[in-house]
Amino acid sequence: MFKSDSFFKWLCLASAALIGILMLGFFIQLTVSSSEIWQTYGLGFLASRDWDPVNDHYGALPSIVGTLVTTTISLIIALPLAFSAALYLVDARPLIGEVLGHAIDLLAAIPSIIYGMWGLFVLAPLMQDYVEPFLVETLKLSSLPVVGKYIGSDYNGFGLLTAGIILSIMILPYICAILRDVFLMTPPMLRESAYGIGCTKWETAKDIVLRYGIRGILGAIFIGLGRALGETMAVLFVIGNIMDMPENLLSGATTIASTLANNFPEADGLQRSALFALGLVLLTMSFGIQILAQYYLHATSAKRGEER
Amino acid sequence: MAIKIQTKNLNFFYGTHQALLNNDLTVEENAITAVIGPSGCGKSTHLRVYNRIFELYREQRAEGEVLLDGQNILAADVDVLELRRRVGMIFQKPTPFPMSVFENVAYPLRLHYKLSRGELSDRVREALIGASLWDEVKDKLKASGLALSGGQQQRLCIARAIAVEPEVLLMDEPTSAIDPVATLKIEELMVTLKKQFTIVIVTHNMQQAARISDVTAFFYKGEIIETGATKQIFTNPRNRKTEEYITGRFG
Amino acid sequence: MKKKTIFFRKSADRLVRIASGLAVAVAVAVMFWIIFTVFRHGSAALKPSFFINPSKPYGIPDGGIANALIGTVFITFGAAVLATPPALLGGICLSEYKEFRRFNATLRFAANVMMGMPSVIVGLFVYTSVVVPTGNFSGLAGSIALAIIMFPVIMRTTEDMLGMVPYALRESALALGLTRTRTTVQIVCRSARKGLLTGILLALSRVSGETAPLLFTALFADRWPWGYFNQPTANLPVLITEYSTNSPFAEMHRAGWGAALVVTVLVLAINVATRIIFREKKHGH
Repeated sequence: MFKSDSFFKWLCLASAALIGILMLGFFIQLTVSSSEIWQTYGLGFLASRDWDPVNDHYGALPSIVGTLVTTTISLIIALPLAFSAALYLVDARPLIGEVLGHAIDLLAAIPSIIYGMWGLFVLAPLMQDYVEPFLVETLKLSSLPVVGKYIGSDYNGFGLLTAGIILSIMILPYICAILRDVFLMTPPMLRESAYGIGCTKWETAKDIVLRYGIRGILGAIFIGLGRALGETMAVLFVIGNIMDMPENLLSGATTIASTLANNFPEADGLQRSALFALGLVLLTMSFGIQILAQYYLHATSAKRGEER
Repeated sequence: MAIKIQTKNLNFFYGTHQALLNNDLTVEENAITAVIGPSGCGKSTHLRVYNRIFELYREQRAEGEVLLDGQNILAADVDVLELRRRVGMIFQKPTPFPMSVFENVAYPLRLHYKLSRGELSDRVREALIGASLWDEVKDKLKASGLALSGGQQQRLCIARAIAVEPEVLLMDEPTSAIDPVATLKIEELMVTLKKQFTIVIVTHNMQQAARISDVTAFFYKGEIIETGATKQIFTNPRNRKTEEYITGRFG
Repeated sequence: MKKKTIFFRKSADRLVRIASGLAVAVAVAVMFWIIFTVFRHGSAALKPSFFINPSKPYGIPDGGIANALIGTVFITFGAAVLATPPALLGGICLSEYKEFRRFNATLRFAANVMMGMPSVIVGLFVYTSVVVPTGNFSGLAGSIALAIIMFPVIMRTTEDMLGMVPYALRESALALGLTRTRTTVQIVCRSARKGLLTGILLALSRVSGETAPLLFTALFADRWPWGYFNQPTANLPVLITEYSTNSPFAEMHRAGWGAALVVTVLVLAINVATRIIFREKKHGH
């Protein structure tokens, strides 16, 4: 009897330990598979701009820059929207709040490939025909001093900006749902005392709720960041998949994930090793971001426990 | 004594449930009015009408009149932000804002007034002195408000409330989460504060009401059963229910 | 003291309120726009033959998605079969065996981190550890990739759901003389079974549209998915990718939209079902 009891216990533990083994496995395998590129270029691989399969030269910089830029754009767009939408949801009439809350949760469930397809067939043409001409020809953003050259004047609907927009639509529901939970965690009495000294709703939100939940909010941002960073399909369809260093926001580019998806099946030799190295870079970045996200979210849930 | 607040025929609803029934109450200026009664009798609800804080919740609704210096604060054209400056509130638990001690008091000041830096820190100091907290925190104004002890936090909330020069202070069981020694300190403070402010306090603790208040109102099931000078209520209640409650036969 | 004008504070407040209403409107409008687009383009492709015929090479008429649909069902259910047993056991470990507190905290953390890992990395991992050693792309490799994604999701939901079972229930079962294993499996898990199902469905809805990990594992093939164990296996997400990016034919695009519609409906249906089951559970308590 007791023997089977302890057998079951160890079986459970072994199953749980699988997750740790998998995580280690990811790192080990990507490191081993990419060893050739590290031996050839060292850390210089990360800073090299060339991606030239014909001459067998590989550098990670264009992919890394593309990843960082699209992620940044998506956060700049999604954060304020998610923040204000979450504020609305928290204060909305119960029925409306619930319906909209479910709608946003469903939006988060739509697979990323659907976003990619919509981006390819709807958003990219829209960007090419209306948005980018408006930015370039009507607002003449590209002739602005200093920043102008980073915005660029050649456009075809595909590129960093379009990819950033698609990503922002994708991560918006995630961030919004977490922020809503964070806002709901503010003790009612604290909110009441803010109103009690004569705060408006907005003042209460930005000065009290925001400060109180700052860790949870950071957690939400990192979760969104992690999503955007590793997203493949939504980006792949609209980024243009150009392996050169992007010159500006409107130029075609690539991200680590889309480089992998595009080149991996046909690659071999040093190129394959380079792709594994890119995978390792992405894994490390995501890992770091997830650790930060978990750290901040965990801190909030611990605080919530105290409040009860 | 002058009348500060006069409640006329106040009814209150949570959705369809009626929580207050035809409340009539007079609150005198520069006095402490204690509101007592068993849990769920509507005493907190009554208090929460005075600064219209109940309006945060859609399903809550008040009918009738609450006259503050003769002006009906339930009227639609009353500015709620200004009303809440004039009528401050202290809650069951200390609710310091997630900022420094100094900022906790400076924040409402900045909200309502245009002040220079010097004026601001003078005001903060005065408020902290007024809440008899200055001596304990003058060296840690930059520390988080949450780092203070429970009693200190509650006095910080009082400082925060009195900084904006309100006329009325509402206290909703302000000592229910605080140890006896700190409670005593706050009670002393209230007696000092009534020289400047009109205080209405909801309390579970009958000794507290007897010790500090001038006037006591006894609530039961949403109705005001009896109002009178505290001494009279506690020594010679007119109503049988009041007597039963203060002698501890229910509650 | 000089008073501030309330007008500006109120205007700022009003502006922000309008802005946040607009933000919600934008989010919901975009959602409807996307779903509407999928339905409009997708419904044009929906004919009986679309569901009966297998996909065909570029340019050959009368292609369908039957093979990809069945392939997706094989791959996702395969993933669920692979992931569920260890994930449930792992969840039990995190929730029930407090003696491993430290170890559990680490594993819980690892699971949380794994949930945020890019799925394309999982594709790389399974490619090297399954596809290369076995020598071929296969539906099974795809299942393994999706199972790795499902694993932490089911494990963490299981833990949370078991955590909601009142402690008194465990104590009374143990007091009756039941072994710990029996208590856990027959009492705790049974009383949380709807919650456990929620976790599995949640994980299923999350992976049933996953594309990136399948690109390097299941790949795609214009044939019926009977070679699930040792051949490239057709599936909807990769079909959508192929048809919309690698094909100039409008007909292919239409089929891609049709497949996108099927995937969307599938995912949303599982998702809504999960919510309904979970709500029933919450009301049940």
